[in-house]
Amino acid sequence: MAKRGKRVGKIKGFAIHFLPYSEIKNLNTPERIKKILGIVLGNNILIIQGRLRAEEETRLIEDTMALIGHVKNFRGIELAVVSGNENDSFIEKLRRKIVTTISGGDLEAITIVGPATIVKEIKKNPQKIELLLNK
Amino acid sequence: MVIRVFKNFFSKVFSNLFRNRRSIKLGFYGPPNAGKTSLANRICKDFTGEEIGSVSKIPHETRNVQFKEKVEIEYKGKKMIFKMIDTPGIATRIDYEDFLKYKMKKKDAKKRAKEATQGVIESIKWLDDMDIVVVVLDATENPYNQVNITIIGNLVARKIPVLIVANKIDLKKADVKRIEAAFPEYEVVGISAKYGKNLEEFYESIFRLSKKI
Repeated sequence: MAKRGKRVGKIKGFAIHFLPYSEIKNLNTPERIKKILGIVLGNNILIIQGRLRAEEETRLIEDTMALIGHVKNFRGIELAVVSGNENDSFIEKLRRKIVTTISGGDLEAITIVGPATIVKEIKKNPQKIELLLNK
Repeated sequence: MVIRVFKNFFSKVFSNLFRNRRSIKLGFYGPPNAGKTSLANRICKDFTGEEIGSVSKIPHETRNVQFKEKVEIEYKGKKMIFKMIDTPGIATRIDYEDFLKYKMKKKDAKKRAKEATQGVIESIKWLDDMDIVVVVLDATENPYNQVNITIIGNLVARKIPVLIVANKIDLKKADVKRIEAAFPEYEVVGISAKYGKNLEEFYESIFRLSKKI
């Protein structure tokens, strides 16, 4: 794994940071977004256990846009959610919804967030996910 | 008691009357360069003779929410009044260097990038105000982009009726089936905003969705 860089600026490397759901479970939306962006701004590719709520994803996009132009060399993020069961049957979806309600989050999903300066593109299709990095 | 019954009756009658005549707020959402403004222009031009905004090959041409009030759409003898709301494309990254590829000056590219970031924020803020949303996707692009999923997820959470439009079906690479496979729970209409192809099906879907609000 490459050496962890400092703040966004000249990229010397990056790290892959894993964030278990337990670390964000008790945070409210602004706190979650702050934590996520804080990690991403440190030139880390972040892998989150679970997924954000739809309104949290838009908040993440809004806050990202607000940072572009204010944080040097920050060009935004690449974001992808992999749940691996998007075409499940109704029964399976219902089961997942019950599990999600009990656990407080969709723990079967994985969210990937990376700084656009490092991650050129996240290509996703139902079967696989590819992270294309900038040279 | 009698007065209250009369009051309820008249308020119900009048609210229904005005509901039928009020404009339905029809929003156009999607990633940049999918053809939101092209589609909104096509509709506005057909029914009002005027366009809503300019289009360009350079992404983020629409950087402010644009409106066209009281657009009366007539389809199969039925008429409905819409307020057309064309929104800037939603993206998770905006790099001014991407605009330099279109031979734009650095200063202009930076200005465009700054305005585009504000446009994205504005688009998201407007989500709550829509009655119906048309999510315009480029049928030649991979539909599994997280921005598409985020937009649709937000509309579902807000209980706003959604129609997915697979635009650019005039292009060889277009694949409407791929979009249908990506969003099996939603109605997908393949169109070409540029050439006005398959707009009949689009209007039919919009009129059908209008009954849900």
